[in-house]
Amino acid sequence: MIRDSRTKLSTRRRLLALLASLPAGYTRSAERKQTLPRITNNESRITPFAQVVSGYRLRFPQDEGSHPAFRTEWWYITGWLETSARAQMGFQITFFRARTGIDEENPSPFAPRQIIIAHTALSDTSRGSLLNDQRIARVALGLAGAEEGRTHVWIDDWSLEQDGAAYGARIAARDFILDLRFTPSQLPLLQGQHGLSAKGPRPESASYYYSIPHLKVGGALAHAGTRFSVGGSAWLDHEWSSSYMDERATGWDWIGINLDDGGALMAFRMRDAAGATFWAGGAFRDARGVRHAFEPSGVEFLPVRLWRSPRTGTSYPVAWRVRAGPIELMIEPLMDDQESDTRASVGAVYWEGAVRATHEKKPVGRGYLELTGYGQPLRL
Amino acid sequence: MFSGRWALLKAVSGGTWRDHPGRLVLAVLGIALGVALGVAVHLINASAVSEFDLAVRSLAGEADLVIRGPRSGFSEALYARIARRPEVRAASPAVEIEVQLPGRSETIKILGLDPFRAAQVQPHLLAGSREAVFELLKPDAVLISRAAADHLGLKAGDLLRMQIGVDTIAFRIAALLPAGATRQRLAVMDVANAQWRFGWLGQLHRIDVKLAPGTTTAAFQKAIEREIPPGVLIAAPQAEAERGASLSRAYRTNLDMLALVTLFTGAFLVFSTQFLAITRRRAQLALLRVLGLTRARLFRWIVLEGAVIGVCGSALGVVIGCALAQFGVERLGGDLGAGYFGTVTPGLSFDSGVLFIFFVLGVAFAITGAALPALGAARRAPALALKAGDEEAVLQRLTGWPGLLFIASGLALSQAPATDGLPLWGYLSIAFLLTGAILVMPRLAEFVLSRLPLLRYPPAALASAQLQATPRQVGVSLAAILASFSLMVSMLVMVGSFRDSLATWLDGMLPADLYVRAGSLGVTGYFTPREQTLIKNIAGVRDATFIRTQNVFLRSDRPPVALLARPLAPGKSHPALPFEGATRLVTSRGPPPAWLSEVAADLLGVTTGALIEIPIANTKHTFIVAGIWRDYARQNGAIAIERTRYVALTGDERANEAAVYLDPSAATDEVSTRLRAAFGNAEGLEIASTRELKRSSLAIFDRTFAVTYVLEIAAVVIGLFGVSASFSAQALARRREFGVLRHIGMTRREIAAMLGCEGLVVGGLGVLVGLALGWVISLILIHVINRQSFHWSMDMYLPWQALALLAAALVIAAGVTAVLSARRAMTGDVTRAVREDW
Repeated sequence: MIRDSRTKLSTRRRLLALLASLPAGYTRSAERKQTLPRITNNESRITPFAQVVSGYRLRFPQDEGSHPAFRTEWWYITGWLETSARAQMGFQITFFRARTGIDEENPSPFAPRQIIIAHTALSDTSRGSLLNDQRIARVALGLAGAEEGRTHVWIDDWSLEQDGAAYGARIAARDFILDLRFTPSQLPLLQGQHGLSAKGPRPESASYYYSIPHLKVGGALAHAGTRFSVGGSAWLDHEWSSSYMDERATGWDWIGINLDDGGALMAFRMRDAAGATFWAGGAFRDARGVRHAFEPSGVEFLPVRLWRSPRTGTSYPVAWRVRAGPIELMIEPLMDDQESDTRASVGAVYWEGAVRATHEKKPVGRGYLELTGYGQPLRL
Repeated sequence: MFSGRWALLKAVSGGTWRDHPGRLVLAVLGIALGVALGVAVHLINASAVSEFDLAVRSLAGEADLVIRGPRSGFSEALYARIARRPEVRAASPAVEIEVQLPGRSETIKILGLDPFRAAQVQPHLLAGSREAVFELLKPDAVLISRAAADHLGLKAGDLLRMQIGVDTIAFRIAALLPAGATRQRLAVMDVANAQWRFGWLGQLHRIDVKLAPGTTTAAFQKAIEREIPPGVLIAAPQAEAERGASLSRAYRTNLDMLALVTLFTGAFLVFSTQFLAITRRRAQLALLRVLGLTRARLFRWIVLEGAVIGVCGSALGVVIGCALAQFGVERLGGDLGAGYFGTVTPGLSFDSGVLFIFFVLGVAFAITGAALPALGAARRAPALALKAGDEEAVLQRLTGWPGLLFIASGLALSQAPATDGLPLWGYLSIAFLLTGAILVMPRLAEFVLSRLPLLRYPPAALASAQLQATPRQVGVSLAAILASFSLMVSMLVMVGSFRDSLATWLDGMLPADLYVRAGSLGVTGYFTPREQTLIKNIAGVRDATFIRTQNVFLRSDRPPVALLARPLAPGKSHPALPFEGATRLVTSRGPPPAWLSEVAADLLGVTTGALIEIPIANTKHTFIVAGIWRDYARQNGAIAIERTRYVALTGDERANEAAVYLDPSAATDEVSTRLRAAFGNAEGLEIASTRELKRSSLAIFDRTFAVTYVLEIAAVVIGLFGVSASFSAQALARRREFGVLRHIGMTRREIAAMLGCEGLVVGGLGVLVGLALGWVISLILIHVINRQSFHWSMDMYLPWQALALLAAALVIAAGVTAVLSARRAMTGDVTRAVREDW
């Protein structure tokens, strides 16, 4: 990732794991340092990270903004685009914010207290594989940042910004430019218990998490020398936490599906080293707006078809039967090869891409699927 | 018939070379030495410069433009403005500081980077060390280059200790930079850490800018012209590299010229060797002509001999030169001890093209050396050459009035200004003077020798008569002495003058008793105002003044000029500096005074009384040039201003150095001890007495000139070879004469005495003319070459003792050489020697 800002990024979780290891690493070195002589003024105190606590009620639009006291946070938009020529593409725009816990006392505006990472990908069926780009920058001098109180997060000229009720995103990637506007057609969907989403059996492993499904997409895509007007539907996730990961996790599977009837489904499962599910969760909001949250036992991911990457040799279950409470969906990818190989940068290979959902062979929705930890277990 | 003649020729050559292998070896060595020195100097210089270039490039990475501020930096707000511009694809900010390493007399360059931005512009710097980048964000972390790790004997996980003020701070070496990042000794840390830990909050020193496709550097430079504060430069990395290389350009040219002089002397040696060989074989060669050998063939043959010497010598020279270069770089560094490329570790690259050029040059010089006597030998009518006493005639066409023309042109050229900052005309002037003097020498010898008194002592009388009869042959010996001795004299005078001027200058620069520095190198060593008061209040300290050193960019194509904020001298309207000429009294109403070093004055092209603009604290301020002073310490120039004015302009009350005046009763050692104790015996505190400073400065001077001495000695040795060869030539040619003298009753001892007298006279004459010529050349070296190369003046100082000693040694050496070279001629049968005249 450092070799070139434009090389690919890992999954959000892999990256967060990397960033989350920062303060721990720093503490270790600080301990070691104390035994050494004549080091003046080299320690810095870390204000504790804010913790996810039950009973907090998410407020809108305030909680759509940044929560810098927490260690990690992301705004994650995935969706389907349709060009006027009826071609379909998947896209993904992500902004991460990471609080490093470093240099909290350093008065320099460059002090790397907060880091913003942005990642974008385009699934173009005519190309057959992903187009990627990423940026990373510290919050400094207004060149990168995440605003509190409303959604506005940016690195240089890449930005995601709340604009009235809608959101605008402008991402000038190396191989394509996304200039999109997302208009909500539904209220936010609070995940877990009133927006507190448990990620494992331990209570501290949790996040605040809400989604805005069924965003109407309008705008333009410039790609391969052509500028298209595009429409489509998208899904926004906004999640923040200070201790996201359970230590047993080696990978996970996640889906977020906009159902054609106006319903929305999010489901995930965490896998351990043996590949077994040790935690799962999700929520379903039906077309009438009634919300159902799922217990870990209520969510089941069953692989249907494997696709083997010719580049890495890793096999991914790219087609699934997912059961979540009363819902049962077949998940089929827009195209098989939506693998991101970031071994040269972050060091992870994962699969994340646009998928179709069917029920009894009839198409019922579209969304995104994320598969991690299949090549190698993710190191935490 | 043809092959027969070749065989004959071969026999002639083979015979003389077999009989005198020593001479052949000398000639080969002469060329080898010249080529070797040329190769070595060139290789080392080229490596150092390319290494410097590489260092600049490795820091700039893929940047199209580098924005660079002086040591005091520029506001980080400029970075934010630049980075936001649509023409900018990526901008990488950096704090760049030289920091002193405690307990070592050296600095390390710290580059405070934003690793995320650097990844966009200088990706190779941190390539592959993904984890290291996140490590780097931590406040105690530093990454160091492999060159730095090797040099300091540190590895990942160790502590790197650096000096801040008088304190020491330690950073953890989180990892080493990737192998391909840079060959510089460099430490990289996060920009925020560097700003905070080293006291540069709010400031940056450079921004490396990568432009968006479709934006030209020129267009962008124009667009942001107004944004760039005064004293901040924007230039392509290429210009940056050139700015660095311009530092040592004059020094490199001087070394190249010295190497060329050595090669020239080598060619002269070939000339005398071939002249000697031709004289020896004069009769044989004439016989060959009679037997039908054409002139052209004879000429070619003799030149071929020279070429063989040239090829052998050049080949040997290239090999020795490469070895010398390797040795020089390892032992002295890429700048041969002169201190231009501090933190760069050069690796030699043997460019075969360059080696070939030096090889060809050596061969060409050898051929030229052989061609002159060959021409003479070929043109002689064989019938005349067969006769005895013809040696004198061989030389006729080599001498004459053109010499005076050369001398006149040389003198005229010495008045020409520098070309492109280099004293090329000055060098040419010296070459012309030397050539002219050599050409005039036989005539001069004729003139002087004809006025020699006839002495009573028979050997002396004979010597005198002999010299008077053969002034042109004497001229050849004289030329050898003249060439080597005048060069030696001029170098001695120049280096002596420089050293003497330096000593005087040090007295002027160091009026106090003690000098206290918070780290002699780097920029992070300083005294805070509180510490300055502390120094003043130490018992035994009568007074202390404080000096702040910064730097400013005056011209974009030149390295920054030092800015010295100094207090005024007590009771004076200017600081204590070694002024050249009068200083100007400045009224309080006009612009404030600035005192320029000679280099700075030349750089700006101003003299006392001129108004100049100096960018201080990112604002242009007008000053009046109130005086020009001599400065040997800062080759890029220095500007002194009043410290109170500096503090008023910048608010910077820190000082790098304190000049401490002691109470008459106080002992230097005791005050030093008290000073150290007052600073908690901090490692960063350097205290030196004025005496120590002067001594160490002169030691550094001597080290810098060590290479010059080596080249000089080489030239002298080659010159002495030439003397010996020309004496031998004459002695051999006079075998019949010796035979006759023996027949009429002279003893060998008397003949030796006669030759000794001749040697002494020739040596004496050569030394006298050499002294005169050397003095003229030294004037050119001091007032033309040195002034134009380094922009500093010096006072002429003649090291009489050393000169007298050298002159005596050379005269005696000439006498002894004459005797020794005649011994061989006198051995053997007297009768046969006489009969040789067929």
